[in-house]
Amino acid sequence: MESEFTKLFELIVSASLINNFVFTRFLGLCIFFGVSKKMETAVGMSITFTAVMMISAAVSWVVFTMVLVPLEITFLEIIVFIGIIAGLVQASDTIMRKTAPGLYYKLGIYLALISTNCIILAVPLVNAGEKYSFIESLAFGFGSGLGFALALVIMASIRERLELAEVPAPFKGLPMAFVITGLIALAFTGFSGLITL
Amino acid sequence: MSSPSTNSLKDLFLNGIIKENTIFKLALSLCPSIAVTNNLKNGIFMGLAVLFVQTMVNLTISLMRKIIQPKVRLPIFMLVISGWVTITQMMMAAFVPDVYAKVGLYIALIVAFASILARAEMFASKNSIVPSMVDGLGMGVGFLFALTVISFFRELVGKGTLTVPTGLATQHVFTFINTKPVLIMVLPAGGFLAVGILMAAFNWIDSRYRKSAPSSH
Repeated sequence: MESEFTKLFELIVSASLINNFVFTRFLGLCIFFGVSKKMETAVGMSITFTAVMMISAAVSWVVFTMVLVPLEITFLEIIVFIGIIAGLVQASDTIMRKTAPGLYYKLGIYLALISTNCIILAVPLVNAGEKYSFIESLAFGFGSGLGFALALVIMASIRERLELAEVPAPFKGLPMAFVITGLIALAFTGFSGLITL
Repeated sequence: MSSPSTNSLKDLFLNGIIKENTIFKLALSLCPSIAVTNNLKNGIFMGLAVLFVQTMVNLTISLMRKIIQPKVRLPIFMLVISGWVTITQMMMAAFVPDVYAKVGLYIALIVAFASILARAEMFASKNSIVPSMVDGLGMGVGFLFALTVISFFRELVGKGTLTVPTGLATQHVFTFINTKPVLIMVLPAGGFLAVGILMAAFNWIDSRYRKSAPSSH
């Protein structure tokens, strides 16, 4: 039982730090650069993301193992997963509009963009590819969400200060953000080899 | 929309390559621009895959634009896109298995490209077949161009080599630098640095061009 827990813990650490989605797998970059300008939006976005990611990992796992594998139509995984995610995003959109209108107003367009976000789609695809069990899929979704939240918060806190810095004109805005991300990614390479799964 | 002249089609084509270059200008669909570009060959094949999907999606949506109900248009667009992506994925797995082994996940994730959905929504669903295809070709070529430039730069600086595909399964590796190359450029972190620097270069060229020809607007 203990080794089971250790494995889950390792999976979470690996997904959030070592194979961080933003810094080593380069996914979710559009959202990453889009919402990392202010700390408040970054935090709201990370929570939404982690929630959607875990739920979609769970639902996709059930559909994949119970429907796609028995029927031998696993090549339809992209279409099915994107459908599941679009549905979930629509649902969380409605729930957020009713329960947290302030946050909904701020995150605006990005919430809709979640459905066309690679990170969220990548989680079920990786889960299916690695043949994770149900609990492992959940852990992977949670770890990935945590890693994304970490990346967003680091980036947002740097960019808030960058507003005051003097940046050469061609580098203003996105190019500078890219260079900074490169430097953070360099720091994250230090985590590689921490755990070997 | 009146019948488009050759001139406006040319503008439309160039628009996707220069003025609205997906990666350097709009900063959309960035994930593969870093993930697959540590090798020129992978970069080129990824670009070709996107070019194919973008053109075919635009063509399909444009053909269907009169029968799609506006209320359910987004799910239909997603369905069309994921259909074409699945086709591309299977074709690449069959014809270029070595490339597919490296970029497979990112091919599947073309589904989630904001730029493809955006062109389907903003252009193909409102225009006839020929302009839609030209628009898709232009956007795709712009993407291919960006990926080629980034991977050219990264492989040359990071490894000192260039892997040029000479056919579906064949390639030729040119070696330019025999001393120790700048290894960081082929590492994940180098991807961000390379795109940042190239984006800045793109901006710089753009601002120079605007300064020298202010009367063109």
